Amino acid sequence: MSEDMDDDVAKKFLYVNRKAPYGTIYALESLEVVLIGAAFEQDVSLAFLDDGVYQLIDGQKTTGIGMKNFSPTYKALGDYEVTKLYVEKESLEERGLTVDDLMDIVYEDEDDDWEEKPSIRLVSRAEMAEIMADQDVVLSF
Amino acid sequence: MAYELNGETYAADEEGYLTDLSKWNPELAALIAVDEKIDMTDEHWEVVNFLREYYDEYQIAPAIRVLVKAMKKKFGAEKASNKYLYELFPYGPAKQACKIAGLPKPTGCV
Repeated sequence: MSEDMDDDVAKKFLYVNRKAPYGTIYALESLEVVLIGAAFEQDVSLAFLDDGVYQLIDGQKTTGIGMKNFSPTYKALGDYEVTKLYVEKESLEERGLTVDDLMDIVYEDEDDDWEEKPSIRLVSRAEMAEIMADQDVVLSF
Repeated sequence: MAYELNGETYAADEEGYLTDLSKWNPELAALIAVDEKIDMTDEHWEVVNFLREYYDEYQIAPAIRVLVKAMKKKFGAEKASNKYLYELFPYGPAKQACKIAGLPKPTGCV
């Protein structure tokens, strides 16, 4: 698909993730919808704020709660051309976290000799508001 | 449904996907392949093993276009096309290859 067609046809979808990964089904459902929706070649990005930032924490272990650890699947998002994971800085700070506590998630840039680039983009609360305002569709989980 | 092999029973869902993927072994894969009317060659095993590695790393069975892209990187362009995969697995590579690999049905697969 050419760049021009992208601009004309593709809509901007933002999936907003606000909940911790395992207490509810929201995080996993969001991820599955993203993976299915990726087939429709839209401009998809994800936002992580409030307890949603816990979804990206590195070193998740779920054996104690008897649930599948689906966190490795975030690393497959690049294969599905989902390359923008916006993480709200204030949400991390309020929980005593930094970006170093998150998984290393990368994508290969087709337009730059398949160089690996980070998918996680740290943004402020004000920037997150702008990102949301800029979307055609916002889906909250 | 279920598969019977060497006196053991392996539970599967109504479409024939293994319920417990940790129970998978190559012999069982060969049995599932017979059910799918697939004669397993080295090329078939290449795809099946690749899918298992992908699942192991990312905890999902990849969509077909993702599989094609990833195979291209690993095995080269001649083994990375829908046509090549459909020749190996005529009833749908994602469906049949994943079933033989003991993985769940791919997310978003029809």
